[in-house]
Amino acid sequence: LASLMNLMEKKLLEVKLGELPSWILMRDFTPSGIAGAFQRGYYRYYNKYVNVKKGSIAGLSMVLAAYVFLNYCRSYKELKHERLRKYH
Amino acid sequence: MNENLFTSFITPMMLGLPLVTLIILFPSLLFPSSNRLINNRLISLQQWALQLMSKQMMSIHNTKGQTWTLMLMSLILFIGSTNLLGLLPHSFTPTTQLSMNLGMAIPLWAGAVITGFRNKTKASLAHFLPQGTPTPLIPMLVIIETISLFIQPMALAVRLTANITAGHLLIHLIGGATLALTSISPTTALITFIILILLTILEFAVAMIQAYVFTLLVSLYLHDNT
Repeated sequence: LASLMNLMEKKLLEVKLGELPSWILMRDFTPSGIAGAFQRGYYRYYNKYVNVKKGSIAGLSMVLAAYVFLNYCRSYKELKHERLRKYH
Repeated sequence: MNENLFTSFITPMMLGLPLVTLIILFPSLLFPSSNRLINNRLISLQQWALQLMSKQMMSIHNTKGQTWTLMLMSLILFIGSTNLLGLLPHSFTPTTQLSMNLGMAIPLWAGAVITGFRNKTKASLAHFLPQGTPTPLIPMLVIIETISLFIQPMALAVRLTANITAGHLLIHLIGGATLALTSISPTTALITFIILILLTILEFAVAMIQAYVFTLLVSLYLHDNT
């Protein structure tokens, strides 16, 4: 169908809200599709922030900040007990 | 507080999935590869550092020993980056686990020793007896040298584990002490905070030095045996 073909080419921000479920279901969820998604994401970040003529420390520190944040999320369960409260 | 102190050292799992694999693989993201002659700043810096390290470390070896360059350079990069990443808040350092350090030390040491035994049997066996020992001492000295040979991989692994773990524990303890002291006596808290800063600088140095020492010792064992 013409609407399906249109859906294939749109990026996420161009998809209308009503078409969102069918857009999500249409994505490639095979292992190679997921690997491709990670690869495209990596190269998008790399080419925008690192692989430039005058790359700055921001390219690396954004990655490290995201790493710290993910580790915080991972250990939130234990960190919950260390809040400043009168009664734990 | 006792339980809290050691929870940062347990292997991270998430819903039974080994998250630790992702954490071990993460430093590889920070070292991009490139085929070009002139690269971006990140890669150029890393290439400069790598050339410096390989020249400094591999120049003492002969041709046969220099075939180990790739192994030793990736080793020092891995240990250095893993240790430095472990200094970020809340992160998990794989090199605090004895299992991983043993897994790095034993194969490398065994490879160097077995290479020596296969290719230069007489010279390898001669290492067991230093030159110029008085004859009555020989049996005892052979036993001592054998023990010192077999303790090398254990020492490599335990040295790395103990240094990094001790550093992390000290940071946790002194940080906790600083926090607890702010409500009691701000001056003491300030002193403790300065101690924390000095300790963090030390830990940065230790992270890199430990990587260097590990790799240097492996290369020394290699030098003996090629």
